[in-house]
Order: sequence, then structure tokens, then C-alpha cells
Amino acid sequence: MPPPPPWLSVFPFCDSRLVRTQQTTFQIDIASDIVSSMVVGSLKLWTDLVVEGFQKSLRVGKFLCLLHAIDTYVCTPVLPYGPSMLPTLNSTGDLVLVERVSTWLGKVGRGDMVLLRSSEDPRKTLIKRIVGVEGDTVTYLVDPKYSDASRTCVVPWGNVWVQGDYIYNSRDSRTFGAVSYGLVEGKLFWRIWPLKSFGSLHGKAKEDS
Amino acid sequence: MGTRSLLWDITKKYLTVGLVGLTISDRYASIVSIRGSSMSPAFNPGSDTNDYVLLEKFCLDKYRFSDGDVVVFSSPNNHKEKHIKRIRALPGDWIETPNLDVLKVPEGHFWVEGDNSVSSLDSRSFGPIPLGLIRGRVTHIVWPPKRMDRVERETNQRLSPIQDRPKFY
Repeated sequence: MPPPPPWLSVFPFCDSRLVRTQQTTFQIDIASDIVSSMVVGSLKLWTDLVVEGFQKSLRVGKFLCLLHAIDTYVCTPVLPYGPSMLPTLNSTGDLVLVERVSTWLGKVGRGDMVLLRSSEDPRKTLIKRIVGVEGDTVTYLVDPKYSDASRTCVVPWGNVWVQGDYIYNSRDSRTFGAVSYGLVEGKLFWRIWPLKSFGSLHGKAKEDS
Repeated sequence: MGTRSLLWDITKKYLTVGLVGLTISDRYASIVSIRGSSMSPAFNPGSDTNDYVLLEKFCLDKYRFSDGDVVVFSSPNNHKEKHIKRIRALPGDWIETPNLDVLKVPEGHFWVEGDNSVSSLDSRSFGPIPLGLIRGRVTHIVWPPKRMDRVERETNQRLSPIQDRPKFY
């Protein structure tokens, strides 16, 4: 019996050797053998394909679930955009990592840069720095561009007071008031891009103004 | 060696199931129980049992809600607490506050009230709430079985005209 050709594993029902060995028996046997081997072979091929495809997609699904869990409960990359955090973060082209654990544990405090869901438009997220936590008295310049007028207020319970580092061009708690802690989604802790300033963001606290 | 690999297999299986469950409950739907009587005619009509409800999360993609939806949100004063109430007004609507002045709901906020207004802690005490605090919308009651039903969106005639509202002086 000659060795099987390499394509035989793909189309097992085309095995001509099978037919040749049976030429000595009845013609009807040959025909039924061909038909049955074709049917069985193609069926097996299809079930194999389906099973393999199912397993592969299951694996992809599991991987996506893992990604989601890491993204929502551990950390996530963020591309900050806009001038409001200017001395610390560039207005465009940065890549930073946001961790979710300390928000979840309630350990976000004064001086931390946070990612938060905007209270004015829930589809947007903002990056600001926490200036005061619940119970703090915050004094802020109302409109530093044009006047020195300042105002003082107390941050209510369960809320935080957030401001941008670049107070001249930042829409923050000075416009929309203190925000609920529930809107805080994570704390910025590591900068990836630009590579020149790769590293931790913890020490990068803004000097008191 | 054999028991160790068996243990590892079991842990892996549980971990996978947990991850998949977590993803589904975060992104698509989850089941929560309701305590308290603040939504009393709709949920927990008798005080002895807790209702379990299906909470869908698709609405969090676009934050599109309508008047009368029942939503679960974290309390604006304490992020660890979750409340379930009915939306009464959306951004731009006018609403009457308990001290009888009329207020326009600000952009990105909503106004909630419990169905059982006597024992309900809602927007009448803490004002408009940011939409970003919403954690999901209640669509079905799943337990107990005899109360299994859809949750109707109740744009209530009783509550929208200000004059018909019961007033307590």
C-alpha cells in the first residue's frame, strides 16, 4: 500500500487506496463504501471544525473577560486631553495609567490626580486634582484671569473638591461645585508617554498657590 | 503531583467562571435584592420579603433615560450606599421642590423620588443627582416567582402636575 498523500488528512473521504483494495469484492460494496466514507469523513471534518471554532472563540471570550476585569478593577490606560492640567500633564499626547484600587478602598485624598465622570455630561470623563475632601474648607479664586476675588466654602460630606492645575483655563469645581465621591473612577499613578518623564506621578504634587 | 494539578484545574475553572460572571454583571445585567419600603407599591409590597430584580447596564453606554424609569444609583452623600428610586425629571425639566419653589434640573443631573413618598430618602432631601452615579436600570422582578413581572415605566399623571400632588402643611 503506497504512503498516504499529505492532503489526505484534509479530505479523508478521497482516499483512493481504500477503493483500490476493495476492487476484488462486489461493485456494490465499493460504491457503498465510497459513499459512507465520504459522508462519515465530511461529517467528522465539519464537527471537528465547529468544535475547534467554538473552543477558540471561548478562549477569546475568556481573554476579553480578563481584560475587562483588569480594566475595571485594577488599572486602565488613559489619554489625557486638554489644557487644564498643564504644568503636570501636557495638553495632548500623554499616556498615563489610572489605578482603581485606592478609589475602591476610599483612599483617594488631597493632592491626588483623579479620573472622574463629569457631573455635567456623564458621557465625558475629566482629569483633575483633588484640592479638598469632605469637611474641608476650600478657598479658591473665582476668576483668576480677571480678578483677585476669592470665595470660601465647605465641602459637603461624601463629596470632593476638584480643580485643574492650570486654573486659568479649567472647568472644575469652581464652576460646577463639589462632586460626589461616587463619580471618582480612579487615581493617576504612572506615566508611560512621553518616555522622557516615564515614571510615578505621586511626587508630582503641585506647589501650593 | 496529581492532586496539585487537580487543585490547579479546579481553581482555574472557578476563576474563569468568576471572571465571566463579573463581566456579565458589570456590562450587561445583574440581579440585586431590594431592601426597605421606599418603592412600596412597585417593590416589596409586604414588608416580610425582599424582591430580587434584574438590573440592566446597557443604558450606561449612552446615559439615555426617560421619565418613570426605575434606576439604581449610588448615594451622592455616601458612595458605598446604593438606592433604588424612580426618575421624575431629567435635565431641563422643571420640578417643584418640597419648600414649594420651582427648580430647573441642571445639565447632566436627574431628579428621583420613591413611589412611597412617606418613607423615602430621595431628591427631595438631597437635590438633583448627577447622572454619572447611576449604576443600572431595573427591568424585571425575578423573585419571588409569584411576583415575576416586567417593571413598568410609570410616567405618572398623579405626580407630574404639581397641583395634584398631596401636600403636607
